[in-house]
Amino acid sequence: MANSDPKTPHPDTLAVHGGQSPDPATGARAVPIYQTASYVFPDTDTAAALFNMETPGHVYSRLSNPTVSVFEERMACLEDGVGAIATASGQAALHLAIVTLMGRGGHIVASASLYGGSHNLLHYTLPRFGVETTFVPARDRDAWARAIRPETRLLFGESVGNPSVDVLDVPAVSALAQQHKIPLLVDATVTTPALGRPFEQGAHLVVHSATKFLSGHGVVIGGVLVDGGRMDWVASGKFPTLTEPYDGFHGMNFAEESTTSAFLLRARREGLRDFGACMAPMTAFQILQGLETLPLRMQRHIANTRRVVEFLSIQKEVERVYHPDEANHPDHELAARLYPRGCSAILSFELKGGRDAGRKFIEALTLFSHLANIGDAKSLVIHPATTTHFRMDEEALKAAGITGGTIRLSIGLEHPDDLLEDLARGIRASQK
Amino acid sequence: MQFIVQGYPAYAYTGGRPFDPALPTIVFIHGAAFDHSVWQWQSRYLAHHGHSVIAVDLPGHGRSPGSVRATIGEYAEWVAGVLDAVGLPQAALVGHSMGSLIALETALRHGPRVGKLALVGTSAPMPVSDAFLAAAGDEPPVGLEMEAVWGHARGVQLATSAIPGASLLSASRRLNARSKAGALHAALEACNAYRADAGKLKALAMPTLVVAGKRDQMTQFKAGKALADSIPGARFVALDAGHSMMSEAPRELLVALRGFLG
Repeated sequence: MANSDPKTPHPDTLAVHGGQSPDPATGARAVPIYQTASYVFPDTDTAAALFNMETPGHVYSRLSNPTVSVFEERMACLEDGVGAIATASGQAALHLAIVTLMGRGGHIVASASLYGGSHNLLHYTLPRFGVETTFVPARDRDAWARAIRPETRLLFGESVGNPSVDVLDVPAVSALAQQHKIPLLVDATVTTPALGRPFEQGAHLVVHSATKFLSGHGVVIGGVLVDGGRMDWVASGKFPTLTEPYDGFHGMNFAEESTTSAFLLRARREGLRDFGACMAPMTAFQILQGLETLPLRMQRHIANTRRVVEFLSIQKEVERVYHPDEANHPDHELAARLYPRGCSAILSFELKGGRDAGRKFIEALTLFSHLANIGDAKSLVIHPATTTHFRMDEEALKAAGITGGTIRLSIGLEHPDDLLEDLARGIRASQK
Repeated sequence: MQFIVQGYPAYAYTGGRPFDPALPTIVFIHGAAFDHSVWQWQSRYLAHHGHSVIAVDLPGHGRSPGSVRATIGEYAEWVAGVLDAVGLPQAALVGHSMGSLIALETALRHGPRVGKLALVGTSAPMPVSDAFLAAAGDEPPVGLEMEAVWGHARGVQLATSAIPGASLLSASRRLNARSKAGALHAALEACNAYRADAGKLKALAMPTLVVAGKRDQMTQFKAGKALADSIPGARFVALDAGHSMMSEAPRELLVALRGFLG
């Protein structure tokens, strides 16, 4: 057996090459776009074996596709997960995770500091299907513990909350999850594997909106669900979808079939098959173009954000800046511990003059784009209370750290001096 | 499937179909710090194509309780006990890595009970480096990382997986991480100490297949070939894969096994 040290590629290399061999059919070095719905079976026996999961391979692009698989495998490599499933959007990834784990009667404990779309799904939509969610302040460990019930099947939070930029204490919440033998799902959209890997911090499942930093260009909608393979579903005894025969797939017992990948087997063979929120091959190709430069881009995003935070924090017209780089941010030390390379290119701040000042500020900006997205190469600005989080009532807004005057910025890759100039113009306009 | 072997409960996956002793039976034996699920694809296929399948969790591994064994010979007796437990006079044995030594030793000790013998990712002897042994004993996380990384072709993360959406290296890490404390070290000691009886090896009468990975970093390709050469009439199949051929080259390994087992 071998003698040298075990060597694996660095994350920067995985971002460029992970999950991709040169195309076996043509030798193409770039990832080919396999724009096909289906795949010819060489014979009837192989067809039957593919359908019955006796042999791996592609059957139909709702279930898997060679271009999409490269993106899935690259993400699994970057996160050190056992595998991944790409989805039509980040929301589809969250939905797929939840419905794979539970049905009617299931309960989730979630951070109150969530993207508005995730809050909608959990608070308004899933109760209609019998799945309830209790929202707790992200930083209140006791609240997490108190909210867990016998029927709780999932803990859920964002690695860095949006827009209040609070940092989830993944190791602490993970300890609760392990105590109760339930998984912790982390939405790591804001941090990406370039800044931190949730599985190493104790998470069991990870979702991303691939629309954001992973692709970086803001031209596609996509998501991905990654399984860390660290959850012992059998020992938990709380997940019959994974540990008991499934009539919908020839009585397959997923945990028996695959000790570490039972969750992904069920999610692909049921969730993708039946709900159908798969990723298109062109989308995967476009995300991969961005993913190659993720580590480089995140360095620049973070460096630019530091300049912006420093600038805003000394402006007399700014009442408060919310970013963990600020020493007075409640998660300052936690962020430094979990994300030593920086934790967020998202920040929010309060202008003097509240909602009216915010309106003037946004409308005066020329470089920042006013739109509903984050994680673009272009710098972005939005007013959460009237847009991304407008369905929240006052109490939920407060719990998410949003006021009428909150402005959210997503810092892009432009030259920082140009960004500061634009912000200065907006601030001056806000006070007129 | 649960059964009793040597007085202890034992578990085996039966390929998604009920075990039927009337069909020709294949016993799959996994390697160090793994479980039955390494044979996911091959066992499920063959169970749906005219065979009964018993993909065991060795004692102290996966869902089989009890203690890990210290020697390949003890495991071989346990495998013979599996055949007793399910009432089989004879079965084909398919083993990977340490499991290949267990299959081989079972054949050497209990020849008539082994109808066919398939050795995957194998060598005999199977020397283990001092560094690997020391790490497995003294720094288990380092030893487990060696097991996972060297258990695949170099650069396995930089290639498209044969299993869409899967990271083979990460999956191996997580399965290895579930093994009992000390299981890897005990397995490596057992592999390192094992010596096949050369005389009996030459007298092996059952059809034998050796499958070797051209990019195997754990058991060298040429050592697998040498083992095949030392067994009269043994078939030899080379695959373009690392040590974990079941997941690195699942279709190609299945073709080899299907051609051999029928």
